[in-house]
Amino acid sequence: MSIDMQQFHGVFFEESQEHLDTMEQLLLSLDLTDPDTEALNSIFRAAHSIKGGSGIFGFTALTALTHILEGLLDKLRNHQLAPSRAMLDVFLEATDVLKDTLCAYRQQNSVDDAAIARMKKKLESFQLSDSTVNKPSDDGFGFFDDQPLETPKPADQDPFFGFFDELDASTPAPIIEMPPAEPITTAMTAVTPATGKPPVKKTVDARETASVRVDVEKLDCLINLVGEIVITQSMLAVMAEQLDGKMAEKFQVILDDLERNTREMQEAVMSVRMLPVSSVFNRFPRVVRELSSKLDKEIDLIIEGEQTELDKGLIEKLVDPLTHLVRNSIDHGIEAASVRQASGKPSRGTVTLQASRQGGNIVIAIQDDGAGLNREKIIAKALEKNIAVDNASDDQSVWQLIFAPGFSTARQVTDISGRGVGLDVVKRNVLTLGGRIEIHSVAGQGTCFKIFLPLTLAIVDGMSVSVGNEIFIIPLANIVECLQPDAANIKSLAGQDQLLWVRDQYWPIVSLSREMEIETTIEQPTDGVIVLVESAHKHFALLVDALVGQQQVVIKSLEQHYRRVTGISGATIMGDGRVALILDIESLYENNPSEKQRGYAA
Amino acid sequence: MGKHILIVDDSPSVRQMVETTLRSANYDVTAANDGQQALAYCQKNNYDFVLTDQNMPNMDGLTLIKSLRNLNSYLRTPIVVLTTEASDSMKAQGKAAGATGWMVKPFDPAKLLEVARRVLG
Repeated sequence: MSIDMQQFHGVFFEESQEHLDTMEQLLLSLDLTDPDTEALNSIFRAAHSIKGGSGIFGFTALTALTHILEGLLDKLRNHQLAPSRAMLDVFLEATDVLKDTLCAYRQQNSVDDAAIARMKKKLESFQLSDSTVNKPSDDGFGFFDDQPLETPKPADQDPFFGFFDELDASTPAPIIEMPPAEPITTAMTAVTPATGKPPVKKTVDARETASVRVDVEKLDCLINLVGEIVITQSMLAVMAEQLDGKMAEKFQVILDDLERNTREMQEAVMSVRMLPVSSVFNRFPRVVRELSSKLDKEIDLIIEGEQTELDKGLIEKLVDPLTHLVRNSIDHGIEAASVRQASGKPSRGTVTLQASRQGGNIVIAIQDDGAGLNREKIIAKALEKNIAVDNASDDQSVWQLIFAPGFSTARQVTDISGRGVGLDVVKRNVLTLGGRIEIHSVAGQGTCFKIFLPLTLAIVDGMSVSVGNEIFIIPLANIVECLQPDAANIKSLAGQDQLLWVRDQYWPIVSLSREMEIETTIEQPTDGVIVLVESAHKHFALLVDALVGQQQVVIKSLEQHYRRVTGISGATIMGDGRVALILDIESLYENNPSEKQRGYAA
Repeated sequence: MGKHILIVDDSPSVRQMVETTLRSANYDVTAANDGQQALAYCQKNNYDFVLTDQNMPNMDGLTLIKSLRNLNSYLRTPIVVLTTEASDSMKAQGKAAGATGWMVKPFDPAKLLEVARRVLG
């Protein structure tokens, strides 16, 4: 009999991770004054499940820690122990240690035994004396009635099961009501209303019984294949154009079917990779709680739209930038309680995390009701750092300055949102996800950072444009407008620079043929087509020969197969089999436009 | 063999391991996530042996056992309850609920098969 236990490890890790996340959330939302019994039961069960599984699969460090935790939780749910703030803190800490331990097992690293031991000690301080569970005193199993149990058990066998007729049925089972234990002073402080307690909404745990766990690699493989089919289908469409007569009509009908099915298949496969952003948002009650107590600020966190779905790959990469922005809001945005009261605001600050879907974008907003950005300070700081700035600039462009590397207006570098990295890293992270970030701020009322992200990383809606004999794809997200410029609106500057006056502002004209060093017959902007584009920081008028069409393209990484190229975010295969490069508007034109940024409607 | 075992546990990894182990010994196995689901299964099918965990959402093991013993077709079906604590009070509760026996968690595949063999002969 040999069952390879390793085959179950993956499932166990996944499951335990879920249990730990559940535990953390429930602990965070636990009302100390009136703990919800069902929540306590669920927390207990989570610890209990990890203990059970880890015992079976031999992850002893997890078993040891969850065993103590389970004992305490059992007492809590049976009201033999009252929860305290200190206890919750230790439980949360224990959850962290368990997460680390799980991670170590998962990656087959060595477990931090010292941390486990420390955590056990901390937990034991809450334990009442004599809370050890009885050791099984017999076989580890047993039967009660008329079971032929003639097999003698080997002397050295661990007790592990029993049948109930071996029991001295001396006492039938009255459930023993334990008297409430003597309070231990440290462990059971009077319950104080938790400050900074996040109003975590009770999410209904809709556990579908009919779900399958799938390896992400398999999904990625599927997505890739669908991408290939999309390309093949667009190649067929190109061929179909060369047919004529009756055959062509029939072919077109079939092709339309194929196109519809491919599109639906693509959406279906994509949706499999989509996860609700709650998996990221759920970390924040804890972040806010810890940070607010550290800074001695009272802060409420409001979470909205956590059911909005986003590609799994994006979600994982969002954690860092979001954490940074939330920390930034609490550290720099929300004022101290005394300052708030002085300015007639409620002493408790509010941070709102909100996710919503707007068209082809997911928008994640981090809003605080703090002091707002300080225009003068930012300008002064920029001058100090030798960053070009104009006093007459509109707010939008001033706000964008805080994304400059090394920019920080905090009087002293705190270890909270500073950590030696600034918002420039956040912006870079968001840009690598194909997104952009906006700031809205009103002095005295607060600041809102909005992150706009594409729905998925694998496919982009693009406009294909031609330059000479080449085709390029401009992501639709970056396009403001396409137009034929009027010669009267083009202003020439010294050198070859030209500006286009449109939409009440000047846009630098950038020739794609010049940037990409491609031969073309189109020299003058008036002969070609202008595509007004914008990214997180830039806006310019891109001159191309002609527009080819709008289409969804499957993104193939250039970095994986070649290397990073400035101005290019990836490549795709067109219907006619040609490779087209996808433009990265942010890095295409490396000239800091100092004129007015477009104002965004909030 | 053809003996049909119902296993009840809320942990997917434990369920998988128990299922795989029992199948390796040619038992038919059905798995339920909690007591409620198990009870629904038992009302539709006859199992030769029910192995249930104690701590589960929706309905725990002891409640399941009591409920099963109220069904005519399950008056004498062997039911073993998995428990992490083999305390006397736990055993007494198991017995009172009508369990045939108990088994301590954690266990290894060999022990699991031994219990199945002893119950099903």
